Formats: sequence, structure tokens, C-alpha cells
Amino acid sequence: MKQIVFISGKGGTGKSTLVSSLSLLVQNKMLADCDVEAPNLHILLQGEILKKRDFFGAKEAVIDSSACIKCGLCRKTCRFDAISEEFEIKPMKCEGCGACTLVCPQNAIKLEEVKTGETYVSNTSRGTFSHALLDIGAEGSGRLVTEVRKNVNAYKKDEEWLLIDGSPGIGCVVIASITGTDAVVVVSEPTKSGQSDLERVLGVAKHFGVPAFVCINKYNLNLKVTSEIEEYCENNGYPVIGKIPFEPSIVKALQEFKTPIEAGNKVITNEIKNLWARLVDEVENLKKA
Amino acid sequence: MLVAISSKGNSMECMMDPRFGRAEYFIIADTDTMEFEVVENAAAVAGGGAGITSGQLMIDKDVQAVITGNIGPNAMSVLAAANIEIYRGVSASVKENVEKLNKGLLEEISKTVPPHSGING
Amino acid sequence: MKVGILSGKGGTGKTTVSASLAAVVPSCQYIDCDVEEPNGAIFLKPELKEKSPVKVLVPEIDMTKCNFCGLCAKACQFNAIAVVKDKVLVFPEICHHCGACKIACPNDAILEVERTIGVVEANEDGTFLQGKLDVGEPISIPIINELKKHIKEDRFVILDCPPGASCAVVNSIEGCDYCVLIAEPTPFGLHDIKIAVQLVKNMGIPFGVVLNKASNDNRSIHHFCQSEGIEILMAIPFSKEIAEGYSKGILPVEINDLWNEKFKKLYEKIEGGAHK
Repeated sequence: MKQIVFISGKGGTGKSTLVSSLSLLVQNKMLADCDVEAPNLHILLQGEILKKRDFFGAKEAVIDSSACIKCGLCRKTCRFDAISEEFEIKPMKCEGCGACTLVCPQNAIKLEEVKTGETYVSNTSRGTFSHALLDIGAEGSGRLVTEVRKNVNAYKKDEEWLLIDGSPGIGCVVIASITGTDAVVVVSEPTKSGQSDLERVLGVAKHFGVPAFVCINKYNLNLKVTSEIEEYCENNGYPVIGKIPFEPSIVKALQEFKTPIEAGNKVITNEIKNLWARLVDEVENLKKA
Repeated sequence: MLVAISSKGNSMECMMDPRFGRAEYFIIADTDTMEFEVVENAAAVAGGGAGITSGQLMIDKDVQAVITGNIGPNAMSVLAAANIEIYRGVSASVKENVEKLNKGLLEEISKTVPPHSGING
Repeated sequence: MKVGILSGKGGTGKTTVSASLAAVVPSCQYIDCDVEEPNGAIFLKPELKEKSPVKVLVPEIDMTKCNFCGLCAKACQFNAIAVVKDKVLVFPEICHHCGACKIACPNDAILEVERTIGVVEANEDGTFLQGKLDVGEPISIPIINELKKHIKEDRFVILDCPPGASCAVVNSIEGCDYCVLIAEPTPFGLHDIKIAVQLVKNMGIPFGVVLNKASNDNRSIHHFCQSEGIEILMAIPFSKEIAEGYSKGILPVEINDLWNEKFKKLYEKIEGGAHK
């Protein structure tokens, strides 16, 4: 199975829309949403959940108040300000490092596994779909992403492709979504901020040795920045495999839960088809090289 | 010699897992007798540092060599510090990989995939 | 007072709203807490004069004292230490700087040394601040905490938060007097705003919603806010003019006076909302 991950540096560039459009065009594939903090792909795929599981992705300190003598050593030791004056753990601040458990003279503190999210495997008309939702304010999204990808392995049959809607940013979640994939497609916008995000996120892909390609979405919003992005990609060896125009009709279609393909937009459908054909070629070439 | 193979399952017939730190199992086999022990890899679901913990496991189990697909730089440095040899396995069963190792057909890995750090944007 | 600007995810217009507010509110302070992708500077164009590295403490082993007992590796919940026969390996990139290893060491063989993970940048008078996480560094919280140390309590402080509802957002908005949630009227946007609402409610911070790319065709966010009793502070219509301006690094308030007025109104509503 060849794994293609779509990332964007930041949200809102049209990543989920592109992935869900491709989910209509590409045959014999599985899907995964690694944006576990704000997953969106399931909204367009509307599958039926086959399996749902609580995910225990972090540890948290728990104080046994009957044993606690309020000596204050734990509060002094904690570097995350996670213990209140009343000697209660602040769940959103505890990193689960266990330093407090080591200093407590009463052995009154223990680390316990806590639920940080839920994972789902869904059956959709476009293939088996692995996704998850991180609990609000929870930590450990990287582990949850790893779990989403593990579920892909557990449920895969003989699908040829895996399309991954990646996570935003450049931190640990992105690292967890791109490691071990066959190619990264960065979905970018021709904006000043999009340009700097693109360069940072390409840096991450390069760092992990994953071949990266670029798709410029809404390219006609700023032709000058688009050509700057193209020049940057050319100079740094990142093929631009697609340029999708901005069309108000896409926004409208989305409001009705429809991809541009379902909305019958020919120009955009063709552009996405070409993008995929180009990507397949590039991935084949990589294999030969 | 004791060799550990990253594995997708709990027997010699299972496929090698190309990942080291996040492998689901390790099969620790004696290359002379083909006797083996199955170890579930607790680090497969670790938040971070899976390669390091898996490396530490190899040391605790006293293996002399590891067969896997890709090995990260952290795991590599742990194994290197303990003088454990690392071989690049092929996409086949654990058993076939051990047989290939016995015949001297596996390549020793000295390069790693890039590390999680060290560049500035 | 301190105002956190957040949204369920990126790309909804957080920076547009934060930077526009910064442009219309006199003598305010703007802090870009989106340390993975700080974008505010593109619009506000500050002259960044002060740069200070953000450092964290990581362990270093004093080999003359270490007896390879392995207790440090066992104590580390993040697997950042391995003890191999007669060597100790420390992996600083995955260290969470908690100091547990130092406590666990029975031989006092662990020292802590500084390590840079990013930078905090500011203009001359400290009214614009941003943090930048080095690429490949996984932990952003220390940079956000460092940024928040520079808050000028006597001013109107705008905190442009990271996207999502993660611990980084929690750290950014902790202590805020009010939060502004940016929402887009799409099926995605509705889903994302519900998550953001839950987060600020959990933290007990008063909040209101700014609708971005609003259109008359989709009133899903209106309906949601109405049923939840949430105030819609402002609606920014979907406009090609604003989108094009954004792509060039130009804020709506620079396009015409109308937007200037609207953002001033927003400021008044925020002041009012926080003092309710």
C-alpha cells in the first residue's frame, strides 16, 4: 500500500476538500484523517462507524488525599504549575512526568493512564476510513495520530493507496503523520503567510526524507505570490503537481456538504484528475530511482 | 547467536515489521537452533522515544543482532552503544529473514533515516 | 485586559481579526502565540529588534558519579534516557524538561544544562511579540509561557492563539479575561466552533463569536449561537476584496474606513463582554 499524506502547514487551505475529492476519483484505497484536533474529513465522507475505542494516550498524576500531608514538596517540584494550592492536580496542565511521585514522602501520588481521545474505523462508500478525535485540551495528539495509522494497518485488505488528511502545523503531530509515508503533498495558498508556512512545512518533509510535492490552491487569488511559490519550488526541487483556481462555487458546494466534483465543476475536476495522474507518475518514478 | 527481528505478528511465519521502534512484536531467535521467544513491544504505543525504549529492550534481552527495515537515529545510537549489529531485512517472513542472515545475505545498516531534530527553519 | 483570539482550526481568520484589532486599538499589545506558524508580523510589519532564545533545561550526566543503575531511565516518562552497560544516552529533543531524572538519581550524577528550542522576538517598545519554535522541535509550551511573561497587564492585550483545542491553546488563553472565537459558516466550521466553545466553557472564560466569510446562504453558525445563547460580535462577509488583500498582507482595516469603524465596535463589545 502506498501512503500519500496531504499537509498544509496551517488549516483552511483546502486540504480536506482535496482529499475528499480524490476519494471520489482514486479507486482501491483507504482513507485516514490525522487532523485529530479538528477532524473534518468524516463530515464529507459520512460513513458508518464500525469500531469506536477510547484512547488512553497520556498519564496524569493522581493525589491520594487521605495520604497527603500537604507538605508542599510536589508543588515545589512541579515545573508545569499543575498542582493547586489545595493539592489538586490541574488536568490540563499535568504533563504526566511523574516528578511529583518521586518526591512525595508519603507515596501519596501515582501516575494513572487517562483517556485523551477516541479512535474510529468507519465504513464509507469510498473505502475504509480510520479517524480519531482528541479530547478538548488534551495532550498527546502525536500518539493518537500513531493510533489512527495503526488502525489502518489493522483494517487494510489489499488496497493500493492510502490517502491521509494530515495534521496542521510543523510540530509532533505532523511528524507523526508523515513518517513512513511514500509522499507528502503540501496544499498551499498564494498568500504571504501561506508562503512562509509552505517553506517551513517543506523543511519538515525534507528533514524526514519523505519526497514532497506542492499543490497551489486558489492560485488565481494572487498570481504574483503563485509565481513566487513556483519559483521557490523549482529552485528547491519540489515539483508543483497542481494549481487549482479559486471559485466561489466551491465554497457554495461545500456548504451543501459537496466536493467540487460532486457539484459538477468541470475545470476543477479536471485539475484534480491531472494532479492525481501526475502524482502517480512521480511516485512510480521514485520507485524506479 | 541471538537475533531480534521486528515482526508484525507473534510467530516465525509472520511478516517482518519494517519499523523498529514501533514494531508490534520482536521475535528473538537463536540462529543455531531456530528456537525463539516472542516479546510484545510495549514501546509501539509510546508517546515518544519508542526507538530508544525498543533499543533498551534489545540490551535487556542480550541480543547480538537486530533485523529490521528502517531504524531511527535514536534507536541506532542505543544499539551502537551496546555494539549490537543491525541488518536490513527483506519484506518476507521472520523465518526467511533469519535464514538469509545465516547465509550472509542481509546487508548491515550503518545509515539511518534522519533524526527528529537538528535543523532550524 | 487580556483577550485570546482562537478558532477550532487554522485558516479561519484568527490572524486577520487579531491584527485588525491591534491596528485599531490605541496602545495595545499584540502577542502571536501561534509559535509553529506565526503570521501576525506579515500584517502588522513590526520592526523586530529584540530577539531572545527560549531555553529549557535538559539533563547532562556527570560520568564520574554515575554508576549506571538505570533509575533515571526508569523515571523518565518520555523515554529520553537510555542506560547501556557503561554508557548513558540522553535524547534532548524528546525531553520534557521536568527534572524527574535528577530527582531519581541516587548519586547526584545529573546536572541540568540549557538548550534552545526557539526564539521570542519583540519590537522596541514590546507592543508586538512573537514566538518561533525551531523546526523539528515537538514541544511549544515553553515558548508560549515565555511570551506570556512579557504581558503588559495595564494594556489591552491581544493573544493570537495556535489553531485547534490542544494544550498549547489552553496555555495561551489561561488567565484571559475574554475570548473571541472565529467561525466560518461551512459544515467544517460548525464542527470546529463547537469544539472551541466547549474549550472556553471548560475554562470558564467569557466569550463571543466573530463570523468570518459570512454569507446569507448558510446561517448554520447563527442558529448554533442562537440556540446556545452565544453573542455574535461581528460578521465579516465573504469578499474577494478581503481575500485578495489578505493574500498581499493587507488587512481589511487598511482597505477602507468602514472596516476601521467595525473593528473599533468589536473592541468596544469585547471590553463590554469582559466586564459583564
